[in-house]
Amino acid sequence: MRKIKRPLVTVLIVIICFLLESTVFQSLSFASITPNLLIVVTASFGFMRGKREGMLVGFLSGLIIDVFFGDLIGFYALIYMVLGYVNGFFKRIFYPDDIKLPLILISASDFVLGNAVFVFLFMMRSKFDYWYYLGHIIIPELIYTVLVTLVLYQIILHINQALEAEEKRSASKFV
Amino acid sequence: MRKNNQTTFSSKYWLLILAIVCVILMGLSFVTDGVNGPLRAIANYTIVPMQKGINTIGMWMNDLTQNFETLQEVRAENKELQEKVDELTVQNNLLQQEKYELERLRELYALDQTYSDYKKVGAHVTANDSGNWFSSFVIDKGKKDGIAEDMNVMAGAGLVGIVTEVGPNWSRVRSIIDDTSKVSAMLLSTSDNCIIAGDLALMQDGKIRFEQLPNNDTVIEVGEQVVTSHISSKYLPGILIGYVSEIEVDSNNLTRSGYITPAVDFQHLQEVLVITSTKAEMLAE
Repeated sequence: MRKIKRPLVTVLIVIICFLLESTVFQSLSFASITPNLLIVVTASFGFMRGKREGMLVGFLSGLIIDVFFGDLIGFYALIYMVLGYVNGFFKRIFYPDDIKLPLILISASDFVLGNAVFVFLFMMRSKFDYWYYLGHIIIPELIYTVLVTLVLYQIILHINQALEAEEKRSASKFV
Repeated sequence: MRKNNQTTFSSKYWLLILAIVCVILMGLSFVTDGVNGPLRAIANYTIVPMQKGINTIGMWMNDLTQNFETLQEVRAENKELQEKVDELTVQNNLLQQEKYELERLRELYALDQTYSDYKKVGAHVTANDSGNWFSSFVIDKGKKDGIAEDMNVMAGAGLVGIVTEVGPNWSRVRSIIDDTSKVSAMLLSTSDNCIIAGDLALMQDGKIRFEQLPNNDTVIEVGEQVVTSHISSKYLPGILIGYVSEIEVDSNNLTRSGYITPAVDFQHLQEVLVITSTKAEMLAE
């Protein structure tokens, strides 16, 4: 029971964020830009829980996007997975009270994701107008995502802390 | 310390293994449809019902806010609509008469195809593309409702897009304003063919670009109707796409290009109609 609870909650967070992103946030979009909730989840799990969990959460998030909106299964899964893994390197300098590091990491992840999508899905089709896409898609999405992060990150942090506290309690019981 | 080393190693290997899995999946989904099928089926029983649920709640709330419209407003609207009904009844009678005439003349000409009566199935939009780069959406009808790939999708009177992926109870529609979408079209008045190409840069302005319209002597004015062409391999002919809003001669002097205003409001799509016959079927007949 104890072992299954964390994966279950994690998968649930990913699914809920995908649902919100594809339904509710579509009607809350500013200038047809919607925030990227799944990158917030992926990056958060990366620097909160380490490389392996960031990687798995990223893989799952990307796979859901691939199944619904991707042309190739595995493309977004790969990008999100690598982003989750790289975020895992920052676990050792992560402190729950500090909001600066999460904000920087999440915006950096979103920026890298935007650029990767541009390079692989737009530049490859000979659409080279990088500055337009930067100014109209990548940066607005980043700003909106950062705004949403301020709320969503707190929720994820609290869930994670509650889970960690529970794990510690049940671990100390056996000692 | 040693334990720590082990975990970093194993997560490195995990990354490598999963990355290879991703690449293999990409390759497979590029070649066959075998990977997508099971994944779509899983999605069908997990995520799609939840999307439908959220959508139902959204519509219920929408209805609720509409309930608060005051009686006076509704009365005024009713009066207006009544006048409109009268007006339309007269118009309809005229049209009916003309329709009989048209049918008679058609029989004389033995035109066996009228493009107005494609069979359609209604569907709700349950989710939109989560990213900001492309424009596609999910509808709540799938293989079980007779939807197949390459079926054309309309909303109101205009073309919305084409079905690109089908799950058991859901399917994905790529709209014509998507950056990767290209539709073979023609101008209704002159029957000149052109290509309607979706562009991300124009998506926010609610415009679509058309190109490769031959620069012949025909005069094309702003406001002319653009419909799907007869030569398209995937789009049924004669579906309205939009109206010409700007037109200019290209620098090569051989072709013309410009912008059209689509007949559909892509920002507020809620219900769409899927035409259940495809062009391939039509050509096979």
